[in-house]
Amino acid sequence: MKIHIKNGRLIDPKNGIDAAADLYIATGKIVAVDIIPAGFQDCRVIDATGLIVCPGLVDLSARLREPGLEYKATLESELEAAAAGGITSLACPPDTDPPLDEPGLVEMLKHRTKNLDKVHVYPVGALTQKLKGERLTEMAELHDAGCVAFSHADASLANLHVLMQAMQYASTFGFSVWLRPQEASLTNNGVAHDGEIAARLGLPPIPVCAETIALSNIIYLARETGVKVHLCRISSAEGVAMVRTAKQQGLPVTCDVAINHVHLSEMDIGFFDTNCHLVPPLRSLRDRDALCTGLIDGTIDAICSDHAPVDEDAKLLPFGQAEAGSTGLELLLSLAFKWAETINIPLIEALSKVTLAPARILNIDGGHLTPGAPADICIFDPEEYWKVTALTIKSQGKNTPFLGRELPGRVKFTLIDGNIVYES
Amino acid sequence: MNRNPQLNKHGELQHLLTTEGLPVSILLHILDTAESFAGVTEREVKKIPLLRGKSVFNLFFESSTRTRTTFEIAAKRLSADVINLNIAASAQSKGETLLDTVNNLSAMHADMFVVRHLQSGAAHMIASHVRPEIHVINAGDGRHAHPTQALLDMFTIRRYKKDFHNLRVAIVGDILHSRVARSQIHALTTLGVPEVRVIAPKTLLPSKVERLGVRVYHDMVQGLKDIDVLIMLRLQNERMLGASLPSAEEYFKYYGLTQEKLSLAKQDAIVMHPGPMNRGVEIDSAVADGKQSVILSQVTFGIAVRMAVMSILAGN
Repeated sequence: MKIHIKNGRLIDPKNGIDAAADLYIATGKIVAVDIIPAGFQDCRVIDATGLIVCPGLVDLSARLREPGLEYKATLESELEAAAAGGITSLACPPDTDPPLDEPGLVEMLKHRTKNLDKVHVYPVGALTQKLKGERLTEMAELHDAGCVAFSHADASLANLHVLMQAMQYASTFGFSVWLRPQEASLTNNGVAHDGEIAARLGLPPIPVCAETIALSNIIYLARETGVKVHLCRISSAEGVAMVRTAKQQGLPVTCDVAINHVHLSEMDIGFFDTNCHLVPPLRSLRDRDALCTGLIDGTIDAICSDHAPVDEDAKLLPFGQAEAGSTGLELLLSLAFKWAETINIPLIEALSKVTLAPARILNIDGGHLTPGAPADICIFDPEEYWKVTALTIKSQGKNTPFLGRELPGRVKFTLIDGNIVYES
Repeated sequence: MNRNPQLNKHGELQHLLTTEGLPVSILLHILDTAESFAGVTEREVKKIPLLRGKSVFNLFFESSTRTRTTFEIAAKRLSADVINLNIAASAQSKGETLLDTVNNLSAMHADMFVVRHLQSGAAHMIASHVRPEIHVINAGDGRHAHPTQALLDMFTIRRYKKDFHNLRVAIVGDILHSRVARSQIHALTTLGVPEVRVIAPKTLLPSKVERLGVRVYHDMVQGLKDIDVLIMLRLQNERMLGASLPSAEEYFKYYGLTQEKLSLAKQDAIVMHPGPMNRGVEIDSAVADGKQSVILSQVTFGIAVRMAVMSILAGN
């Protein structure tokens, strides 16, 4: 189907475009920007007057909960949510049940998502079998089955010898290893940042050094093994400083942060709001500001939703017993938009963090609007506010610190490979 | 959830969950009301009919003898019906969730829940889910708060020291794991005590404890100088099983209260302890039973203070 998106404000970080321009789509690809190609006849015209047209969002961490955890969410519910959030590509971590540690599981997941014909799903394979941190998975086989990288999700990998060998093995094949730095023995049973709020509320604390010590291990091992490392969900000012230094020294590391951590701090826990029970924990205001600085100066490459739908009962517990995580697919765009407004940076820079940058980390052709690229597009209304409620969220998980708040930026259309997969 | 969940829309006490954020007027109202009940406990006929026909459920998800008993006595002296539930041994072990338990008991027309739970925030969670006519009293949640203990401590301090505004108070021991200490700190600072000190090794202090408005000491000799009120905290045996402390003996040597260390404080300093005491671990018997100790008075006052809290809640 041919589509002509007209009268919109086009924002394309890769090509540095932020201007009024039309977009022409045919056979699933972008064929032209601004200038109508010869012989182009519209089949469908989308009038984007007053709307922003940008690349479809690329999310580096979205738990779809399949296989095994369908009571929390299903592929159908979460991919619909992703499309409604303007997301056209996403990576899913291996912490399913069983974990994504066998090619058969990955093939099944790819097959199921393909049949749903919605968002592009890129599975991240388990680094060790059953995520137990003992034996390596068949990474090359998993890669052939469709895994784009290998990670340990939030499971502990205490044995540094195993981690080093996993990195060496991955680097043999040129695979990336994605790691969330958190030293389990220092995390202990902690549920909140070791700061003022944990002191006041009597919540078992997680010190910043749980992140920095793990980060230090990862950075040294990356240097030793030469593996490409992607650091997931950085949370502290000290962590940002360490990543900045590593990058200055030319280490092949990239880094992301969860969108909640860009906006919130430990203060938002308030009176034990279990929707603010997140992994890693929300840290201090100083840490949050350092995360923003890191994003602006490029230390942190990308922002992800860190989507983790949790069933309602698992949040209706005392803070320490409540399950960690928040839903995020449908909030990522609005919160990235709100972030740009709050700290007063050009929208193109904020959008780059959720489109171009994560696409580069995933090494996929996406996140930009160059003619010839797949027509993965998000069209949203920057003026329209929407209220985050259990009814407005399509994801099966209704848990988010932003529940009840009004957010700017409403997705109007999502296109994937030139097909309109969401229209509001 | 931005509003103080303890207060109703008129600013009156709806639940008692923590001493943090309570206005000084409410704290003083509780202490003054307790003062009027203190006489009742010494009368021949100890009952008054303020809570007649009301049902008070003691919901203890964690074992307790003293606190549960004093709540029970307080409720009975106010003529309430008291139902004791030891949940640690019942429904929750059968897999029922905390809120299901609470909803079931609400359906039995409870008027007041007295809740103890091993998780910080449990009382807040219950309070935010019960019907508006039900009052929740936090009888201890994890490491977070134990407001009635702190209030009875304030009552005791006022009885012996009259005015809060010229006192130096030291809290000694395991602040990190202590809900009592947190509630005492908030109550003391709200009531205008100019100097609250905490004395402990670093392993037993929250990392940002100074943000609670206290001065931090690691040494008893410096920390006890010029002190009017000494509050000793119970040291749980499990601290020695982990890596918090090497031994009870070393702890006693450096942080246990002996007559000798007590002499560093003001001559008329009082010694308090929320109980149950570990004699020879945090406090020497000679001090616990000595003339500066007011530990048994605390227990007696505990009944009057809990009567005050229950009657105020029932009236709001």
